[in-house]
Amino acid sequence: MIVPLDEGVRELVGDGDTVALEGFTHLIPVAAGHEIIRQGRRDLTLVRMTPDIVYDQLIGAGCAARLVFSWGGNPGVGSLHRFRDAIQHGWPRPLEIEEHSHAGMANRYVAGASGLPFAVLRGYAGTDLVGQTETIKTVECPFTGEHLAAVPALNPDVTIVHAQRADRAGNVQLWGITGIQKEAVLAAQRSLVTVEEVVDELKPVAGQVILPARVVSAVAEVPGGSRPSYAHGYYARDNSAYQDWDAVSRDRERFAEWLENEVGAQAPLPGKAG
Amino acid sequence: MTTATGYTSDEMMTVAAAHALTSEMACFVGIGLPSTAANLACRTHAPGLWMIYESGTLGTRPDTLPLSIGDGVLAETADTVVSVPEVFNYWLQPGRIDVGFLGAAQIDRYANINTTVIGDYADPKVRLPGAGGAPEIAASCREVVVIVRQNTRAFVERVDFVTSLGHGGGPGDRERLGLRGFGPTRVITDLGVLKPDPATRELTLVQLHPGVTVEDARAATGWDLAVSPELATTPEPTAEELSVLRSLTGRG
Repeated sequence: MIVPLDEGVRELVGDGDTVALEGFTHLIPVAAGHEIIRQGRRDLTLVRMTPDIVYDQLIGAGCAARLVFSWGGNPGVGSLHRFRDAIQHGWPRPLEIEEHSHAGMANRYVAGASGLPFAVLRGYAGTDLVGQTETIKTVECPFTGEHLAAVPALNPDVTIVHAQRADRAGNVQLWGITGIQKEAVLAAQRSLVTVEEVVDELKPVAGQVILPARVVSAVAEVPGGSRPSYAHGYYARDNSAYQDWDAVSRDRERFAEWLENEVGAQAPLPGKAG
Repeated sequence: MTTATGYTSDEMMTVAAAHALTSEMACFVGIGLPSTAANLACRTHAPGLWMIYESGTLGTRPDTLPLSIGDGVLAETADTVVSVPEVFNYWLQPGRIDVGFLGAAQIDRYANINTTVIGDYADPKVRLPGAGGAPEIAASCREVVVIVRQNTRAFVERVDFVTSLGHGGGPGDRERLGLRGFGPTRVITDLGVLKPDPATRELTLVQLHPGVTVEDARAATGWDLAVSPELATTPEPTAEELSVLRSLTGRG
């Protein structure tokens, strides 16, 4: 149940898997993302509402074949340059995208967690997303005749989240902005949770979400595992790291250096466009 | 650029945008310029403004300006923090929010908004972050206020991609699509304020900021800009507004 991070990733994440790393600005599982890069996973379908810098890194390192998302940016800073390079120039490999809105993605996870094939919402009407994304359809309400958007359930092979604490049995506790983590874990076939600390007893905290051990495949203790994102009650968001990422990610060579120095991973072959 | 009067065009824009908000409103706040303006309104004329960020923080009153929509300070100062499905399904979708406050990379004469791509979707010139919460904010809030710098790159005849629907192609489009909110009621720029014409829904210049001319606004617009016969001048920012704004943005 409690495993080292490298073992957790090795056992739970395979090449070609659909993998969701969730955490809405808060509690982003950055260390686990870096471990996926180090282990050289390939052809992943990466799922995330808000691909931010850890997805920029996974995409730049060549781990992803597809991205399912609703907002891909560096929050408060600007664009994701590795993501842009992949879409605009196919570097280091072409990236297929499946693009939604936040409301659509949130409901896709809810359907996945609920064991339903699809979700219904008031959404997308009049937008060009309807014409670009095959997984947006319309259904007629059988009771009122109203036309509503339908989006298919998301059921990742594995969901990875970061949380504040777990107990030794693998029950997980998180609080603060809890985002979409509960739904993303319940929707997945397998789940890996990295935590700030493993404790003997989970003391109740206001606004907490508990993920019972029976829906958690493995827990890895990784203090600081969401930096430069933050862990409410442990450490603050490192806003300057997000600002600094802009310059690192703009340049392929600088990114490659960062990858070797900070993650200890092989850079993708320069210039090898898809 | 600071004018002789001692404030920048961005500061004028932010103060004018803050004036779109009142104490009684619930406001769904986007990050960046909308967040700065909403926080300014909260600290000046609209202390009761109920701010919601899409991270699930309801009724938040951050003491510093957040960089992202999910900074810790938003959770610490919120009336309550709810999950992401809840903020969209229980709060936005049923029409509980008065005003959605959005930015734009491109906007057209019917206030349709693009934040997805410049150029072709399959082979974009510039890939932008995408939709986030905006399509449903634009659909379901009672009204939408857009804040965007006015220039011919942003103010285009036709947006390259409709990320969030404004008034579509004119009157009746929103109703036909079943959208329940009114859509954009004003667009606030660094040059002035535009509102949809009640009959045609076309954005019309109704207000200019001090020192800006109609020709300036026309030159910064990629279509033949309609101008209201009752064109007004925006009041200058007060010393208090500028001082609060600068303490927020760290330009004090």
